[in-house]
This record gives sequence, structure tokens and C-alpha cells, in this order.
Amino acid sequence: MERKYLDFEKPLEEIDKKISTLEVGKKNGTVENVEDVVLLKQQLAEKTKEIFSNLSDWQIVQLSRHPNRPHTLDYIENIFEEFIELHGDRCSADDTAVVIGIGKFRGIPVAIAGQQKGRDTKENLYRKFGMAHPAGYRKARRIMKLAEKLHIPVITFIDTPGANPDIKAEEEGQALVIAENLMEMAMLNTPIICVITGEGGSGGALGIGVGDRILMQEYSIYSVISPEGCASILWKSQSAVEEAAKELKLTARALLDLGIIDTIIPEPLGGAHRDWSKAFELTASAIYENIRDIKTINVEQLVELRYQKYRKIGFWNEGEEKNE
Amino acid sequence: MIFKKKRYVRIEPKEKVEIKKDLWFKCEKCGKLLYKKKWEDNFKVCPYCNDYGRMTAYERINMLADTGSFKELWANMTSGDPLNFTGVKAYKEKLKEEMHKTGLKEAIVTGECKIGGISSVMAIIDANFIMGSMGSVVGEKFTRAAEYALERKYPFVCISGGGGGARMYEGVISLMQMAKTSAVVGKLKKAGLLYISVLTDPTMGGIAASFAFLGDIIIAEPGALIGFAGPRVIEQTIRQKLPSGFQRTEFLFEHGMIDIISKRAELKENIIKILKILYT
Ligand SMILES: [Zn+2]
Repeated sequence: MERKYLDFEKPLEEIDKKISTLEVGKKNGTVENVEDVVLLKQQLAEKTKEIFSNLSDWQIVQLSRHPNRPHTLDYIENIFEEFIELHGDRCSADDTAVVIGIGKFRGIPVAIAGQQKGRDTKENLYRKFGMAHPAGYRKARRIMKLAEKLHIPVITFIDTPGANPDIKAEEEGQALVIAENLMEMAMLNTPIICVITGEGGSGGALGIGVGDRILMQEYSIYSVISPEGCASILWKSQSAVEEAAKELKLTARALLDLGIIDTIIPEPLGGAHRDWSKAFELTASAIYENIRDIKTINVEQLVELRYQKYRKIGFWNEGEEKNE
Repeated sequence: MIFKKKRYVRIEPKEKVEIKKDLWFKCEKCGKLLYKKKWEDNFKVCPYCNDYGRMTAYERINMLADTGSFKELWANMTSGDPLNFTGVKAYKEKLKEEMHKTGLKEAIVTGECKIGGISSVMAIIDANFIMGSMGSVVGEKFTRAAEYALERKYPFVCISGGGGGARMYEGVISLMQMAKTSAVVGKLKKAGLLYISVLTDPTMGGIAASFAFLGDIIIAEPGALIGFAGPRVIEQTIRQKLPSGFQRTEFLFEHGMIDIISKRAELKENIIKILKILYT
């Protein structure tokens, strides 16, 4: 895959180029000085640390959508020992924006559902940019119901700009299927672990995002509206997008503080896109720890704990009670 | 009240204009001049073009609950400011303004009442308060009302009407209210209690994609805008004009999403019919 650089990653591009030139030279025998490469790699690490120690929320938004970032199927292929993809919602279609299946995770059978983005235009058209139609939400629900029946945990991978906003989606009841998924997931009699790997776009993300443990990668986002959408509605200007990103508190760090998510999955230096295998490893361990934790809780209790987890979210003042 | 107004008319010419405006107004749709009192008695439906005006939560209660039976619950709950949202306008300021403008504390009113003599719990979303969007208070009061119904084994009736769905000022906290309210509807389901959801203009976004569409029986008023994505968002996505009637009650009915289209004047009667069949 061709490496792409965000604006604030540009300084890394130069060093990357120098390193790869030297490494090619080394291979061909035209360059002998190995120390230069070591030195440059050090320089790269330092520069990366410098950039990443001071990221703005808007930069994190861009990282969450980075074109080189691993997608759901990349995680699935690399985290699970075995995986069989299943298809269709048993009602109308097989939504290609959503991938489902069963797999083995460190010896444990699991059910998997996730939104899948594409890498190029052709793939993105096929995957609908990871924006599911009602069939996609029904497809995800179907695999969850299977997991409930078989008493195996559900793992969902969330990476979507949002639910598909087109005519077909409305005709087929987008609001209805998302609502049903929220209710079913809240009541599902088996453990659910949700991993936000990229963009957690509003109701479309939440539609497969209700669970016992919500894990978020360090540079992923989760928001009620995109910063672009928020800027245009509240500020009436796209130039406010950075400010909107900041106000929305959409980063893993902010959401952990607000008690919305349970765990931040650390990313390799420079982000998941710079070191896929490290990203898979870190994600797998986080999933494993969380599965191990909740597998010991009996299911009835787990579902009640899940209810209480959502029950208490919100900030309000009671005011003076005069009616009761 | 009317007597008082008449006195003003005689005294202050400036007020006279105000009063006139108060007594008469132009229908937004057909432009005909309507006598306000008559229009309100007709549940804010224009007698000429049948346009449905937006009712407030308390007008809904007067229309649906048996006279004098409504006991409001958690009336004084107000929203916190979890994100400390400042932006163009600070959330705290926005809340203050909206309270002043509407006389409401939040976009939802909840309480216990009798409908056709049957004890019920009612939640009403008021679209006049920040577009009836789903904030912490909407989520919390809806959930409490459903739990209240659960404890007493009362049927639960919710009247939805919210334009934006999510409340941006509360970020993901707002989004999570969708999960919270859907979860409590799951509890009603498990307990075998009836939940009637009434969709009014407009029921969109996060409200539609959570409790509004989870009713065991879904009733909608004619011509209401109901859906997930806003029409403008869809138009921008598909780069086409939307067909007329798209995302309206009748369109959803045709697609099997709604049980009953009920004229506003018949709404109470229809709810009572359902309650009588199942609870008497
Ligand atoms: Zn009219």
C-alpha cells in the first residue's frame, strides 16, 4: 500500500524517504554506511514523538480516518486464529458495508460484526464507505442473536462515518433498525465487547456499539456528529471545524474521563497506520483482557450490569421536587 | 383573561397591535387568517388547509389526559453541561434562553395520568425546546417514566416530536441517551408492558432511532416528518431533489413502519380504544 501523509505528518515523510533510499541502496550494495539508517530511525522516532505528544483533537479526527489505517477485515484477519465470514440479513440483502462471521480468538469461539471501509474508490463504492443500510444492521443483529444462542461472546469493530443517509435507507426504516439494535444489544444474553477502531460516527456507530465493554483505540473518535457537521450547523462555517472537534469531546481520552468508554487501546508510535502488526497485538491483548474479565460474570448479572452502565449516563440537576 | 386583554386594547394603541396578533394569525401553509382561539380549540389544525400546527407538551397533556388527572413527575429537572460547551453560544446560555422562551425546564414533560379512566404513564417531547433534541434530561426523564410504569404495571405512552434528534451541546452523552432509553424499553418488553409511541411532526434522528420507533404500537399524525437523516442531508448525499411526501407519515405507512395514522382530533379516542381492549 502506498504510504500517505497527513499535513502534520509531512516532516515524517522526508525522513521516511531518506531511510528507504538508504535501505534500497544497502540492498543493492551501493550504500555501506549502516549507521546512517540507525541514526535516521532515531531521528524519525524523536520527530514522531514530538508531533504525537501534542496532537489537537482535529488532528486525531484526521488520524481516525487515515487512509493507511487498518480496517475491520485487517483486524479480523490478524487477530483471530480462524474466521469464517457469513452473509446476509435473512430478509432482503447482504450489506457489504458490514462484515459478520464466527471465529476463534485465543481458543475462544466468538461472533464478530464490524463496519468495513474501502481503500480506494472502487472498494469504497463496494463497501459504501462503511455506511450501513438497514440490511447491515439486521445482518449484525443476526450474528448477535446467534452468539446469544450459542453462548459465545460478540466482538464488534466500529469504523463508520455514520449510517447511510440515502433514500433506500429511509424507505427500509433506518431509524427503526438502529433502535431495534440498541434494544436488542442492551438485552442480549451474552457478553458484548465493542472496539472503536477508527470513526465512531453517531447513531450509525452506536447501532453496533452497545456492550459490556467499550474499547477505543488511542486515535479513534466517537461523536454524536462529525466536526464538519457541527461546524456548519452551529458556526455556519467550515473554518470552525477545529473548534468544533475540540468542543465535541470526541477523543478516547475525553470519553474515558466522561465515563463513556472503558478502555483506551494504546497505538504504536505514530498511530496504528505506521505499524499494523503492533496495532493488532495491542488490540488483541485489550480484547483478551476484557473478555477474560467479563466471562466470569454470570449472564443475568452481566445484562443487569450493562443496563446500569447505560442507565447512569447523563448530567442533570434534580431541581426542587414539589410533585412527589 | 379576555377581559384584561380588552382593557389593554382601549388604553394603549401599541398594545392593540400586539393583541390583534395574539387573537389572529396567519396560517403558515395556506396564508389564511385564523382566529387563534378557534384554531387552538381545533387542536391547532388549520380548518382551511388541514395543516398541523406544533403543539406544546402541556397542550398535548390537556388533549390526551383525563381532565385534572395529570400529575407531573420530576418537573424541575434541568440539564447539566457535561462538555462545558462554549462554541458560538455557550450551552448554559442556550439553556437559559430556551427556558425563558418556552417556559419549560427541558424538552420533555413526564407524569402519571388517566387516559379514558385507565392509569397510565405519559412522556411528551416538546419540539419547542432546542428542537426537542435528546439531551441528558430527555434520556433520564424518559427512563424514569418507563421505570415508573414498570413498577406500577401501567401502560406507557410517549408522544415524540423532535427535529434534530441529537443535542450537539452534549456530544456523545446525548448519543448515549439513545442506548439508555432503548434499554429501558427493553425492560418494558421483558416485563410484558404495553408501550404506545405516537410520532408527531417532526420525529427525526436520535429520537426516531431509539424510543420513538420502539413502540409496540406506533401511531403517527398525518403529514409528520419522520425519519433518520434530515431531508437536507439526504439531498446533499444523493445530489437530487427528494420526491414529495418523502419521509412523511403516509410514506412510512406505505413502507410498513406505522400501525395507525390518526387525525389529531381522534388521537385520544384511538389511544383509549387500544387501552380499553388490552386493559379492561
Ligand atoms: Zn392553513
